[in-house]
Amino acid sequence: MRYIEPHGHMVSRTTDDYQDMVTAGCAAVCEPAFWAGYDRKGVQGFHDYFCQLTDYEPKRAAKFGLPHYAWLCINPKESEDVKLAEEVIGIIPQFIDKPSVLGIGEIGLNKNSRNEMKVLEMHVDLAARTNSLILVHTPHLEDKLKGTRLILDVLKSDKRIKPERCIIDHVEEHTVQRVLDAGFWAGMTLYPESKCSPARAIDIIETYGAERLWMNSACDWGVSVPLAVPRTALEMRRRGHSAKFIDQMIFQNPARFMGQCPKFKLPA
Amino acid sequence: MTRQQVLELYFMEARFKLVEVAAFLDRVDRAKGPPDFRLAAFRKAMKELSGKKPGRAKKVLLAFSDPTTKPIAKAPGKGACGAWPAGK
Repeated sequence: MRYIEPHGHMVSRTTDDYQDMVTAGCAAVCEPAFWAGYDRKGVQGFHDYFCQLTDYEPKRAAKFGLPHYAWLCINPKESEDVKLAEEVIGIIPQFIDKPSVLGIGEIGLNKNSRNEMKVLEMHVDLAARTNSLILVHTPHLEDKLKGTRLILDVLKSDKRIKPERCIIDHVEEHTVQRVLDAGFWAGMTLYPESKCSPARAIDIIETYGAERLWMNSACDWGVSVPLAVPRTALEMRRRGHSAKFIDQMIFQNPARFMGQCPKFKLPA
Repeated sequence: MTRQQVLELYFMEARFKLVEVAAFLDRVDRAKGPPDFRLAAFRKAMKELSGKKPGRAKKVLLAFSDPTTKPIAKAPGKGACGAWPAGK
């Protein structure tokens, strides 16, 4: 089995997780910028974090032969402070041309506030100006439906944005259809206690088709499973899906989306 | 998969989860306290389970969701609690 982990917050994981992922067939891991569990006090904290994502973490992954890619942004959970967000977005161009940076993400909304919307629009503008791929976080639980609607409105209203170059992540049964209908890619996050279980993710694939869907573990410092993608592949096998179809879902689809960035390369 | 195959794969797990929900509701009933919007949303969502048409997972998720469409003035915090506190 081969697979790509398209969304893993590896800075919060151990080297044992890297070993387990590579052992399970991971061919590349992609790490969006996220909330650290506390609000960073200034732009310097983000500068250091972006250095970690683009310098140190690729080296740590390389020890296990695993290509590591990153997405940069200020996470929606820290977007209430617009002034700080402006400063952070201001330093992203220093990093955007680094060889492992795929695009802007995970941007989006958390509580669907006006300031979060402003910061989302600033990120979308940066992505448009730098012709970057976009990875979008949709809000949690009761806020997801409304947040997904608002995010789609922002993306669709900017005519520079091409839907096929954006992935809207953390979709569930009540949001996936509107994301796909608008021409965007959709990501399903496999969490033990929220978002999608492996069984529900496969239900969504069987219901909505596999054309523009991917699955990720979004493993971080919370309750999450770094091997959620290969475990879901095993669940697909239990349901009788072919090896070819499973490969499309867990390897070819993420490779096709991220391959739109010429910097994304897989080992031969 | 045939219906029989689906049942063979998932019946025991679904049965387990259904008993967990029943036990949760019993636990809530045994406890004392004021009405809570989360429990009201839970009971509303449960009604979707007895529907005859597909799309139950979507309907359950919608029952817990904020149906409004305008951004709020300011984020009250960072977390989500799983149900929309209507009117709060």
